[in-house]
Amino acid sequence: MSVRDLTVRFGDVVALDDVSLDTPSGHITAIVGGDGAGKTTLLKAMVGLVPITSGVVDTPPRARTGFMPTGAGSWADLSVDENVAFIGGSYGLSGEALAHRADELLGRAGLSEARDRLAGKLSGGMRNKLGFCLAMLHEPDLLVLDEPSTGVDPVSRVELWRLISEAAAHGTAVVLATTYVDEAERSGSVLVLDQGRSLLNGRPQELVSGYPGEVVETSTPERSQFAWRHATSFREWWPDSAPPGSDPTDMTLEDVAIIESLRQESA
Amino acid sequence: MRAMIMKEFRELRRDHRTMGMLIGMPILLLVVFGYAANFSVESIPTATLGPQAQQAAALVTEVPQAPFDVATVDPGGDATTAEDLLQRNDVDVAIDTSQQPPVAYINGSSLFTAQTAVATFNRLGDRVTVEVLFNPDLKTSWVMIPAIIGLILTFIGTIVTSIGMVKEKQTGTIEQLAVMPIKPSTVILGKILPYFLLATLDMVLVTVLGMLLFDVPFNGNVAVFALGAGLFLFVVLGLGVFISTISQNVGQAIQTAFFFLLPQILLSGFIFPLEAIPWGVRWISYCLPLTYFTMVSQGVMLRGAPLDALWFPLIMLAVMAVIVFTGAVLRFRRNLAPGDGRRAKAKAAA
Repeated sequence: MSVRDLTVRFGDVVALDDVSLDTPSGHITAIVGGDGAGKTTLLKAMVGLVPITSGVVDTPPRARTGFMPTGAGSWADLSVDENVAFIGGSYGLSGEALAHRADELLGRAGLSEARDRLAGKLSGGMRNKLGFCLAMLHEPDLLVLDEPSTGVDPVSRVELWRLISEAAAHGTAVVLATTYVDEAERSGSVLVLDQGRSLLNGRPQELVSGYPGEVVETSTPERSQFAWRHATSFREWWPDSAPPGSDPTDMTLEDVAIIESLRQESA
Repeated sequence: MRAMIMKEFRELRRDHRTMGMLIGMPILLLVVFGYAANFSVESIPTATLGPQAQQAAALVTEVPQAPFDVATVDPGGDATTAEDLLQRNDVDVAIDTSQQPPVAYINGSSLFTAQTAVATFNRLGDRVTVEVLFNPDLKTSWVMIPAIIGLILTFIGTIVTSIGMVKEKQTGTIEQLAVMPIKPSTVILGKILPYFLLATLDMVLVTVLGMLLFDVPFNGNVAVFALGAGLFLFVVLGLGVFISTISQNVGQAIQTAFFFLLPQILLSGFIFPLEAIPWGVRWISYCLPLTYFTMVSQGVMLRGAPLDALWFPLIMLAVMAVIVFTGAVLRFRRNLAPGDGRRAKAKAAA
């Protein structure tokens, strides 16, 4: 399962420019980027929702892919059980097999008590967990999640991540878009997108440890094009080493993503 | 306050459909309906039959301000021929001169035409006996109910169907459907069939209620009526699907459906007689499916018209059904699976 040299254009707009990505089984891949970076376009291209201009998308067939779109991914006017029955039926699940799978997934997601409630009446976190359960119902080989934790409270975020990690542990390849860098740091690999281009691609720890230069915290940055505000001070990147007398701090994945974006801007 | 007003105008300027309703619609309504809103019929297709058919033809056209337009002169015809001509809607008035005094048979299913004809013959006194067929008391409800059945089907077909379809788009679940291992045709049929069944149920309900409450007769063949209704349903459901493909949310769908509904209500001939609408506007009437359904429903229910007498509206409905339904479904299918073809091609190329 991979994406090779993928380019997607909408008229004159290049939404994705020569992007590649590996999605091995049992692995969580996070797509990180700001608004308009191309995260959703990449995920939609992977599930066949967007026509691709060039490149190769090698993903499992529909019956072996699970997708949770931005938003809830469930039908608001159907109850939790009715949503499960509809999705299960569409993927060929029925009877005892569907009941068993639904019990297992909804139980793990903490939705057992809400099975008769309309999906539209669930809280944001519960609805996202239901969307996840629906995407996982048929035990897909590839699970594609578009910002599953956006707008979800911190406790539900933790619960969602537990479910995602469990899915990966059972061998499912998970690709998810997120705007949270801490989620990307938890993933097996990360792809950072900026204006449709791939800025960084690799394991989070390796991307950070292998990144050149040093970062210092300062209240008076000297290189404004490579400094950014962080809490009440600034963080500033030096490509070789920090100036004598300064105290380099540990570089984070967020630092690396910002520096790479600033380097692209100044190039 | 100024900022609020400016904001409102800016939003309106970018909302093309609302702007269309605000500016385009009133002008269109004024121009079109100014011409169409006319109850006085100035031309009535007429047949003269029997041994004095020629003289009768000359006589009726010489009556001052006579609206009769003699289309058929048949010296061999009689009362049976007259009834047949009216039942087939070939003419609205048939004068049988084989009886004395001559009998003017009038098609009561064309209400305003019949009223005009009756008023004109009344001016002739005892020289002609008048007999109104198919709607002897010239009841408005008898003429309206068959057309209202079509209007209800149009309402369900366009508004309700388009709302049902566009809701999937608005809530994002259409993407969910698009990636599921279901054929696009199955998704489309699964979405449309419930509305088809509900509309059919409504049609039966309204027809039966109309017959019970207003004593509207059902003189013709149920199968012919069902054929016309089925074809008409395909057209209006297709319109509903089409509206959903050009709308992003329920509000837009309702607005757009309104653009399709209003002309059907006012120009399909059941409020203003088609014969009274000038050709500059009447051509629009002949592009509307409700015009043809009304011809079928009034023909079957009131006149008991057989299949071969209704071939023209049925063919028109069939042609519209094929074009509108197929086009709309193909558009919806393209919305449903825009990336699939390209993905396969890219893989193959690799």
